[in-house]
Amino acid sequence: MEEVDVEPTITNIPAISDGKHMGFAWGPGDILVYETRYKASGASGSGCSFIHEIRKDEDIYSPILRKLFNESHHIFVGLQTIREDLPSKSKKPQFVSISKNYRSVIRACMEELQQVAVSTKNTELATQCGNQVSILLAIELIWNLCEVLFIDAAPAGSLLLHLLDWVRLHKADVDEKAREVLQSESPAEHRDYWDVVVSYVLQGRLEEVRQMLVKQANLQPAARSMYKQMDTLLSKMPFYNPGGTQTLTEFDVKWRHWHEEVDRCLQDNSFASNRHLELICKILLGDEDTLLDHKELLGTWYHFLVTRLLFCHPTVKLTELHYYAQSCMTMFLDSRSVPEPLDNILLAAFEFDIHQVIKECSIALNNWWFVAHLTDLLDHCKLLQSHNLHFGSNLREFLLLEYASGLFTHHSLWQLAVDYFDHCPEFGRVYLELQIERVPLETERKALKVLRVCEQRQMSEQVRSICKIMAMRALRNNRLGSALSWSIRAKDAAFATLISERFLQDYCAKGTFSDLDLIDNLGPAMLLSDRLTFLGKYREFHKLYGEKRFREAAKLLLSLMTAKIAPQSFWMTLLTDALPLLEQKEVIFTADQTYELMFCLEELTSSLNITASSTDRPMQEEDVEVTKVELLRLALARNLAQAIVKEGTVEI
Amino acid sequence: MESINAKYVSQKISKTKWRPVSHSDLQLPEIFATGSWDNEDNRISIWSIGSNLSTGMEDGFEGDPQLLCEHKHDGDVLDLQFLDQDRIVTASSTGAVTIFRHHQNSQVLAFEFLLVDPEVLLVQTISVSQLWARAHRYPCDNAPCTGVVCSSPEIVTVGEDGRIVVFRADQEGVVRVIENADSSTIHAVTYLRTTEILTVNSIGQLKLWDFRQQSNSPSQILSLSGDRVPLHCVDRHPNQQHIVATGGQDGMLCVWDVRQGNTPFSLMEAHTAEMWEVHFHPTNPDHLFTCSEDGSLLHWETSSHSDMPSFLQGGRNSSMVSRSAMAPAGGKQPLISAWLSGDSSKGRLETTHMLPSQTLSVNSLDVLGPCLVCGTDGEAIFVNRQVPV
Repeated sequence: MEEVDVEPTITNIPAISDGKHMGFAWGPGDILVYETRYKASGASGSGCSFIHEIRKDEDIYSPILRKLFNESHHIFVGLQTIREDLPSKSKKPQFVSISKNYRSVIRACMEELQQVAVSTKNTELATQCGNQVSILLAIELIWNLCEVLFIDAAPAGSLLLHLLDWVRLHKADVDEKAREVLQSESPAEHRDYWDVVVSYVLQGRLEEVRQMLVKQANLQPAARSMYKQMDTLLSKMPFYNPGGTQTLTEFDVKWRHWHEEVDRCLQDNSFASNRHLELICKILLGDEDTLLDHKELLGTWYHFLVTRLLFCHPTVKLTELHYYAQSCMTMFLDSRSVPEPLDNILLAAFEFDIHQVIKECSIALNNWWFVAHLTDLLDHCKLLQSHNLHFGSNLREFLLLEYASGLFTHHSLWQLAVDYFDHCPEFGRVYLELQIERVPLETERKALKVLRVCEQRQMSEQVRSICKIMAMRALRNNRLGSALSWSIRAKDAAFATLISERFLQDYCAKGTFSDLDLIDNLGPAMLLSDRLTFLGKYREFHKLYGEKRFREAAKLLLSLMTAKIAPQSFWMTLLTDALPLLEQKEVIFTADQTYELMFCLEELTSSLNITASSTDRPMQEEDVEVTKVELLRLALARNLAQAIVKEGTVEI
Repeated sequence: MESINAKYVSQKISKTKWRPVSHSDLQLPEIFATGSWDNEDNRISIWSIGSNLSTGMEDGFEGDPQLLCEHKHDGDVLDLQFLDQDRIVTASSTGAVTIFRHHQNSQVLAFEFLLVDPEVLLVQTISVSQLWARAHRYPCDNAPCTGVVCSSPEIVTVGEDGRIVVFRADQEGVVRVIENADSSTIHAVTYLRTTEILTVNSIGQLKLWDFRQQSNSPSQILSLSGDRVPLHCVDRHPNQQHIVATGGQDGMLCVWDVRQGNTPFSLMEAHTAEMWEVHFHPTNPDHLFTCSEDGSLLHWETSSHSDMPSFLQGGRNSSMVSRSAMAPAGGKQPLISAWLSGDSSKGRLETTHMLPSQTLSVNSLDVLGPCLVCGTDGEAIFVNRQVPV
């Protein structure tokens, strides 16, 4: 057995007392736990009669996060339809835009949760929403970094610009503070004024810095020239323009010149009289100690990393990042403090260890949504090929299956899971087959939706099973018509036979057919089973009889017996039905047909005699039968006589 | 596509309906109701797309549907109709038929220090005003009620139990029941005339019932020949009551003329899966809308014989009308709906997809004036306020 990555978390089940034995059963997204009847020696007390359901993933039940699942499902399906054979150059912008779509969905969700957390009076709900917001924040932070590093994989120069955007987006509290400062009566004298200025410098937002400094310069006319000099330095700092004509080398030369100029200013003590300006100057030089002195403004080690890169190595390449990341993290975090899971995840990303990122995220987060979607996207970017799991098929499929199985346990989100299973080539179908059969079917509408899913995927076994469930339910509620419709849809001959029998029994008991609208319109479906065919044909006989088309009716009736479509148990009924036809004034059965009828009657009575001798039938019933046979024989003989006479007569 | 507005609502929507606008003023529809299905607790919700309605919510840009109020609903909402301006009838999977009342009180609150314009404070609530539990049932189980149609105060419901039940909104009991109206499930119902209704069932039949007759059998049965494809929805042409459109399991759109023949007048391939709803545009019936399990919403447009709107064609001169009245059946009639103009109509029939690509079922749609609303299994409501009709 392999070592575990982290110690498993312990969930205490309050109602189960110490020393009791627990049993459990795995479900797709949860575990059922119960107390067993096993009694340890000396243990006493009655058992607890509860079954506990333990869920790992609670997020799926959050109404706001449901929007995340639904919207991302749409993006996911869109991603799967991007054609494989396109050149990777034209695919990359598509992948980046899909990644941005995912992130904007996360952002929208976060904003809504934030709003609920603020507006609700329910403290429990507020904390819950607050927690979810912080989780989503972390998710978005990681996703954004992965987008910059793996999906976009920008070249040197642009890379730093992307990283700057990343930090600015996730350190938005500066803007809030700046707004506060600017709205005060005298911004330049606000106590947070310099914090805001320095924060802007650290994020490389030099335009904002200059605007802020103007306010200060206006207050200090004496120091105006010094402020002017700083302003020039700030305005001259070169930024790489990826769309421009400038090459990276040209930019590098220009940047070095600027860097030397800043250094000169510091050396000749141009700003010595103003500690704030001197500080800005040092930051512009990328002085590590100065930066580390402002940890609280940087907030995180990755902000430190990006600031350091901005002022020391603006042309950093993807492959060099891991070196700076590692050192920045060690420098920034005290030797005492342990890195948080988020730090490790980001570091792994900087080190380009995608699998480590996914692994750490899987451990740290309580739902599969993030890892499943991110892995899928990275897999589409062909970044995960080398890795194979020693279980399941591959990492992408494994995570998607886990996520989709979780969705399937939800009473309402199961429909989303179907598309995820569809895009798992190896095990998706098996999972879907097992899960879809277990969807509870409360209404026919839902059954139809489930059936549609199965039929689209040629899952005939499941189609049969669902139709059978519905047919059984209809039968139990005495809805024979519905039951027959369902079994016809499933092409379930055995069940169709069973229901046809019920129809015939009903007919024998009541003398009329129920559900004529269905039986009259069976059409080709009639051929599903022999008994159903008989039912349909027998009804046709009644229709012909009702329309007084006696000759056709007689022919049909006879053929039902001679072609052995009718079950023998029903022959007596058929022969009795022939009685009124035999008694008509006009001769309907020809001599040949009458012989055949007689033959049928004899065959029936001889077989009845055998059975009659073995069973003790009440005398009265037998009497009725005997009278019926007598009557039939008489009618047949009379009809035969008439027929012979008629057929022998030559009309002149 | 730009005018389409999507909102995710965290519940699968089974039904959407605009609240009727009063005829006296030419208002645009502003309020619609939705029902959910397949949730642990289902709801019926009232939404507004009006811009001048302040609900205290500042999120969302203009035109985003805002939730006014909602109420728990036992079972899936399988159908939903407005009885009048503020009463809604729902059909539940538990077999119950419920009337909800939407209260919209512009209460002037007693707080004098309130700085908000009191007119703006509409108190929106919804409550159950009448309930017929187990209106549809089996001997020992509930049967889902699948469809409801009403013409105030009369309410007609149909269900999986094959029964047709008639209620009156002002009476507690049941007015009339047709037991065993259908041997299979009745999927939908609509009025043909004030005393006649049409039902469609799961074996491809269209049945016409005349309530003036006491008999419990349909006055007419129309059916698709042979293949018994279940029909899921039905709608009647708003002006020419003999024209009826249905949608079936195979996604086919059928147009029927109930006066002539027992088979559909025309069949048109529309969707690749179950068609859940079909609606003629209430004031411009040359336009028709369908939605389906395959995730699409189609807008059908048939152009009339001339550029003149169809309702003017017959009345060009009175002599023509009288001649047509005397003309033998099958003779060329001047007033013939574009939907019944035969094969040539196919060439003039235009269809457009109204939703951006999406994979989950569009369960319901409703169109009123230039506004269309639809709800999906993807838990989204789409509103289009500029339908080109």
